[in-house]
Amino acid sequence: MKKSNVKILAIESSCDETAAAVVEDGRKVLSNVISSQIDLHTIYGGVVPEIASRKHIENINFVIKDALKEANVTFDDIDAIAVTYGPGLVGALLVGVGEAKALAYGLNKPLIGVHHIKGHVLANLIEHEELEPPFVCLIVSGGHTEIAIVKDYNDFEIVATTRDDAAGEAFDKVARSVGLGYPGGPKIDKAAKLGDSHAIEFPKARVNDSKYDFSFSGVKSAVLNYQNKANMIGEKINVNDLVASFQRAVVEVLVEHTITVAKDYNIKNVAMAGGVASNTALRSLMEEKCSEEGLKLHFPSPIYCTDNAAMIGVAAYFEYLNENFKDLTLNAVPNLEL
Amino acid sequence: MKILGIESAALVASVAIIDENVTIAEYTTNFKKTHSETLLPMLNEIVKMTGVNLKELSAIAISGGPGSFTGLRIGAASAKGLGLALDLPLIHVPTLDAMALNIYSSDALIVPIMDARRNQVYTGIYKNDHHLEVVRESMAVSIDELLDILREIDRKEKIKNIVFLGDGVPVFREYIDENFEIAHDFAPANLNRQRASNIAMIGMEMFKEGKTMISDDMRPEYLRKSQAERERNVD
Repeated sequence: MKKSNVKILAIESSCDETAAAVVEDGRKVLSNVISSQIDLHTIYGGVVPEIASRKHIENINFVIKDALKEANVTFDDIDAIAVTYGPGLVGALLVGVGEAKALAYGLNKPLIGVHHIKGHVLANLIEHEELEPPFVCLIVSGGHTEIAIVKDYNDFEIVATTRDDAAGEAFDKVARSVGLGYPGGPKIDKAAKLGDSHAIEFPKARVNDSKYDFSFSGVKSAVLNYQNKANMIGEKINVNDLVASFQRAVVEVLVEHTITVAKDYNIKNVAMAGGVASNTALRSLMEEKCSEEGLKLHFPSPIYCTDNAAMIGVAAYFEYLNENFKDLTLNAVPNLEL
Repeated sequence: MKILGIESAALVASVAIIDENVTIAEYTTNFKKTHSETLLPMLNEIVKMTGVNLKELSAIAISGGPGSFTGLRIGAASAKGLGLALDLPLIHVPTLDAMALNIYSSDALIVPIMDARRNQVYTGIYKNDHHLEVVRESMAVSIDELLDILREIDRKEKIKNIVFLGDGVPVFREYIDENFEIAHDFAPANLNRQRASNIAMIGMEMFKEGKTMISDDMRPEYLRKSQAERERNVD
């Protein structure tokens, strides 16, 4: 099995982006094609799984062909086919998994199944050549809020998780409630810049019995209650102040816990991953606190924070080196554990 | 000329390779295991068993719907991936048309019914005297609507017999027996479900007529919008 010049065609369809990429040796992205469906789902205020699955099947071959073309390669140049097989929306995952298996079978190439979150974490390798395990990674997206210790490329330990909503989910719910619409993360990020984040004091997103875990339902409810109360007495709310204060309550805890983990485990490198890692307030506070504590912070560009297939190609390379291949019975696993 | 047929529109998973006038191999299961885990391993099995090289295929025929949304997409993704990998054209075969092929050389009206939930069936009306004739194309209707359509046909030209088949039969058999006055029958166990050789048979005819498509363009025919779209349209 060769170890260098390994080109992997990766496919990602776990939610509402149909994506394909060609990645060489786990760090060099030759192409990264993403077909976003966000406009289709916006009118429903969130991703509709059946609509997402239908779009995936319509888009998938075009996206794969574009990825090959952009990378200036053909199937002959590809050493393995990789695909996200969980976690995610089962109907959406099944499109990518079915396509990847058929490609691997038809082309007689090895098949690699990739954990979506592993992909998000290892996306940090793309733009940070020097980054190597061990590092601490905060994973924040619409479906996930976790802190992982990346001990090795294939060895992750989750040390913190959310007890209820994911951070991105809380952003979406609050954004919907105050009328900012979907997707909540970017809308709140933008509005919060115009508001005073200290206008309202919301409860922090932590739990009593764990040093690292998160809980976002309390702060989310507090925001909704604040809004209801104001509505009842006919008081006009400053939406910018409200979401800025909410965002601060969430972001402060995300940063604080990540730093605590890094210090407790004596790890100097910190990374962020997932869609919410693009949040500007989170990035700037994390940068500030990391530099105070002498930690080195890494985060991917927004294009590698959103769901994408390049990150799947990165993670797949390390499975390839271990010859961890899947057979044709590979199935989508919506609740796949790390 | 070899055609691969793939069927995964309902509980049945089936793959078959036909060569002109003979079915070289067919593997069919009707079992509660997801198509994602069965379909390609089954194909691999018949390929290994027969020694057929996938590159010898002229086209891939796929059961295009209606049916289980997820089942249709697993089949479609498999066909599209194979089509892309092997540079083969795809043939989109209506699922119900292929089911009607189970009955041959008969003067009966053939009515496949697939349980579509929400009190509906996916159905079509066919004759297969010696070549398949589509009397009514695939539709999603209630069982009562279907029976009324059949009565309407009977008023115009006397129906001699009707053969119902498909996974809608166990659901509606009793209801049909009790509420439907026209002579009818239900296909036996060996002829009452989907099979991929039928897909490949129709696929072969369509291939000869040039009715193929590039794998990029293949998408299932669901006959129904998603629930979210339906509810939105009602509002």
